Parts: sequence; C-alpha cells; structure tokens
Amino acid sequence: MDYKTTRTLLLVSGLLFATTTWANEDNLPLMILNSCIVCHGFQGSSLGPATPSIAGIDKEDFVETMEAYKNDEIPSTIMGRIAKGYTHADFQVMAKYFSKQTFVRYPQQVNLDKAKQGAVLHKEFCEKCHKNNGYSFGDEGASILAGQWMPYLRFNLADIRANVREIPKKMKKRLDKMLKIHGEESLEALINFYGSLTERK
Amino acid sequence: MSKISRRNFLIGTGIGVGVTAAGILAYKMMEVEPKSQAAKVVIIGGGAGGLIAAKYIRILDPTLEVTLIEQNLAYYTCFMSNELFNGERTVESLKFSYDGLEKYGINFVYNQAIDIDPIARKVVLQNGKQLAYDRLIVSPGIDFKWDSIEGYDEAVIGKIPHAWKAGSQSLILRQQLEDMEDGGTLIITVPKKPFRCPTAPYERASLIAEYFKRNKPNSNILIFDANTVFPQQDLFMEGWEKLYGIKTENSLIEWIPSNEAGNLVRVNAKEMAIYVGEFEDEQKAEVINVIPPQKAGKIAFKAGLADDSGWCPVNLKTFESSLQKYIHVIGDACIASPMPKAAHAANSQAKVCALAVVSALQGKEMPEPSYANTCYSLIGENFGVSFTAVYHLEEGKLQYVEGAGGFSPLDASAEQRKREVAYAHSWYKNITNEMFN
Repeated sequence: MDYKTTRTLLLVSGLLFATTTWANEDNLPLMILNSCIVCHGFQGSSLGPATPSIAGIDKEDFVETMEAYKNDEIPSTIMGRIAKGYTHADFQVMAKYFSKQTFVRYPQQVNLDKAKQGAVLHKEFCEKCHKNNGYSFGDEGASILAGQWMPYLRFNLADIRANVREIPKKMKKRLDKMLKIHGEESLEALINFYGSLTERK
Repeated sequence: MSKISRRNFLIGTGIGVGVTAAGILAYKMMEVEPKSQAAKVVIIGGGAGGLIAAKYIRILDPTLEVTLIEQNLAYYTCFMSNELFNGERTVESLKFSYDGLEKYGINFVYNQAIDIDPIARKVVLQNGKQLAYDRLIVSPGIDFKWDSIEGYDEAVIGKIPHAWKAGSQSLILRQQLEDMEDGGTLIITVPKKPFRCPTAPYERASLIAEYFKRNKPNSNILIFDANTVFPQQDLFMEGWEKLYGIKTENSLIEWIPSNEAGNLVRVNAKEMAIYVGEFEDEQKAEVINVIPPQKAGKIAFKAGLADDSGWCPVNLKTFESSLQKYIHVIGDACIASPMPKAAHAANSQAKVCALAVVSALQGKEMPEPSYANTCYSLIGENFGVSFTAVYHLEEGKLQYVEGAGGFSPLDASAEQRKREVAYAHSWYKNITNEMFN
C-alpha cells in the first residue's frame, strides 16, 4: 500500500486540527506573513538559536518597532532591509496575527548559577516593566523576555551598551544603576535568567 | 479514476488495513462522512516547495484532499550542506523525515511520478497506479544536463562528485578532501547561470578554504567559472581577502571567470583533469568537484512543462504553467526571475501557489501575491553575509519592491558578520521546521 497515512488518519487528524487552526485566508494573511514566518517561525515562535520569537508580542509595539527598523532607527543585520518592503498597513496585519499567537519557549543552555543571580536582579531592576518575570509585555514597549533566545538578548544589550539602540529613559536609569552596583556580569546573569524560563504561558 | 471510484478505492484501503482499530474507525467514519466531492490536489516533490504548498493548502482549506508524491523516505537539505565541508555539521543533521507532517492530513505516497496526463488530469506512478487531480503542483527541483560536458556523466560521479544534491554525493566529496594530502589542489567548476542556489559554489569554496586553513594550509582551491560575475561577489571578495589571502601569493582561493578561460569544456576522470576555455587548457587536481549545468527535474519534461531553456514558464501570480492548464510549477524548476533558485524562494512561491490553488478550487479571487527571499552565505568562521529581497507583481513580472532588500553592507563590523552566521543558522532551523512540522 502506498498510502502511508490512511484515510483514517486523514479524517481524524483533519478533525483535530480543524479546531486549532484556520479555515481560510482571512484568519491567516499568508501573503503578508510570507516572509516573516520563514525566519521567526510559523506561529511566531522561533527555534533559534538567535532569531527572536515574536509570538504574543504587543500589537502597538510591533508596529512601532517595524517602523523603526524601516527607518533605520534600530540597528539590524537584515530586518531593516526587509522591513522596507512592507507598508504600515502590512505591519498592522502582521501585528494582529503575531499578537494572537502563543510564545513557545524552547530549552536553552543556561548557567544556572547566573540564572539565579539574574532572577534576583530581574526583580529589583526589570520586573516593574517586564512583568511576570518577563513572561508578559509591559507598557511603553517593554518586550516579553522570558524564553527569548539568549544570543538575541546578548546582541540587543550589546547594542544598547554601545549606544546604537535607543531605550526609554526609565530603562536607561535602571540599567545604569544595576551596572554600577553589580557590574557588567549582571547582564549575562539576566540573559541566563530569561533563557532559563520555559513555561508555556 | 472518477471521484466516486477513487472514494471507493480509499474505503478499500481502509478495510485493507483490516482488523486494526484504525481501519475499523476509518470505515465507520467513511460511512458518515458526507463529503465525497472533495477536490483533489496532487503535489509532486517533497522538498522546499512541495511540502510548504501541501501544508498550507491543508491549513487554508482542510476540505481539500492533498496527496504528495515523493520518491524518498527521507529528505537531505541541500541548503546548509556546505557546512559538511568545514566540519560544522554531519550529514545526519541535514536529514529530515516526513512524519511530522502527518497532523496536517496530507496523503504521502512514497513512489516516483513517471508521467503526467494533462488532458485526463492524472499522474502515473512507477508502480503503475494513477492519481487523478483537479490541480497538480510540480516541485521536482533540478536535474543535470548530463550530455553537456564531454567526459562528465553519471558513470564518473563516484570519482568526480557533483555534490549538488545533498547526501551520498556530499559525503564522497568530503571524504576526498579528508583523504587529500596537504599541498593538494581542489578544482570546483561552476556552470553558466541559472542553476540551483547561485551563491553556493562560492560558499562551498569558502568553507573548504576554512577547512584547508586549519588542517591543510598548503592546499589551494581553483574555481573555474562559466560566468563573469557572481552574486554577493563583493562580499565574497571581502571575506576571501580577510580570511584566505586572495590577491596574495599564498591565496587559498583563486577564482577564474569565463573571460579568463574559466569555462569548463571537457573532463578526463581517469587523468583527474579538466579542460577549460577556448584553447582547452589542461588543469589537474587531486580533487575535482564539477557542478553540472542544470535543467528542471525530469517529470517537468514528461508533461511538456519546460520550454527550450530547460525550465518551466509560469504565470507568476499563480505559478500555473504557461504551457499546461491546471498544473502549477514551483521552486527551482520554474522561471521566476529575478527570484533565485533557492530554498527560501521555493518556500515563498509555494505559499503564493497554495493560495492560488485554494482560491481557484473555491472559485474565489486570488489575493494580491507577495514574495520574498533571503540567501545567507557563510564565508568562514564568524563571517556570514546575506542578500534579501521582497518582490511584487507588476504587469505579470516580478519586480523588487523599491528601496527594500539588498546586500549586507561591505566592510561591516566583525560583530555584524558574526551575527549573520547566527541568523543564518536560525534561518535554517526555522525553514526546516516550517517544512517538516
């Protein structure tokens, strides 16, 4: 028999996944997402090792960030070049789709001692905006950090430290304070903490 | 086979499973299943194009019956396979099974499609069975023009590998490079464009140079090219200068374009020699990698889908063949210039095609298509570059969206180059996940 999946599987699985996915293009704007999902994952959760997950992202923050990439206001390797191919309306469609997806967190190689230190630092300096241990996004564009790919967090913090990536004043104050008290190592501690978080929520 | 009889055939297979619970369940469900007129989409080829088309058609419209014909039980990605040569990767890491796609309810038929009847709308399999379709998507990848280079054909690929389809051929080339003594020469020949993955010959040379630099520093690589320019050339040259001493006496890489007698004319496998340029200059090497001239995969010719160029012209809004109705061609086999023949391009085309097929079968208007492509090239340790583009359709032709896309900047920081390697690996992880899960 050539059919690896029999009609059975086809029917059963068809019924199963019909409840969890889309029936038509209105709910899955495939053309506008065409480019995004190749690198950021079909439902916005990247398998890493560096490309960030964008599932569950704040809608407004997404659109603003994409506009900033488009205008070269945020440094990037490739995102700026791609963003220029899309309109504000496209960004809104993308934002709507990705904001509805669940952030899937994959295990990463973490230094548990550093992660423990990071947990303490997070509470003191970051939790106010990056709420629920960074599982939720906050006001004013505070991103989801829990389970984000560590190389990506490292790249962003390096850009922030090099003053090529702008951050809100509030964040700068807290970051400076943390670095003053706990030194540069505190950044790796935070990165390991966020990388260690794998809960699905 | 009519729709009804095909349905009976499927019920038959359900019973054929017999006493298993699944079989009985299938039979019961068939009795209550009211839909017997499901439109049939058949897809030939389980690669970067075919799988994505199959998956998204089922997601966009789960009432459609999708059957995918693939001759192999496992897939080796060509993309990232150059990392075999710098030791970054094993061949197992390029291998994927189709099991993860079962949840989408795609019928997998592990057989070879040997013919297409575009009038009766049937695909003929090697085992003699026929599959009827309402829409057929052909994504067969490439085939080699074996008769185009004197002395180079399938009989000699054990000695002079092409390694242009990943798997055993790649392993032969790697083994030859490992066996080669320090001080040896590798020749890579590049065919005239277009061919699969236009930057890959240069990426391959780069990653082999990385291996030589570490393990066999007195060896060298000669690239004989049937072209005068190549994509991402300035970036490659920058990398080759920084990493492999090009333009110096001890360069690990030398690139010989066609206007400097770089085009391959003839191969003598016994003598391990190639003959290049107008005067057929002899060049000998310890290891030779001939990348042969290419054309659309074999099945495209059976149905009259290819034109004189050896590739398949299509309507770029739907990827329906310009030569045969109800048959779509995507991926390396189709003509979609300026999109390159590359995995990301095939993926993007497959999504456009999936939407076009679903729209046609639902009797709806095809939405405005959108296309994108990214080609990463790894030039050496912590040295990655990219080209990316977004395309739109204008008067039936693909055009770059103005102001978007383009190359990694020249003379970027070491940090930028390093990040592009991390993002190239991420691209690979995510595109394969999209294909196989």
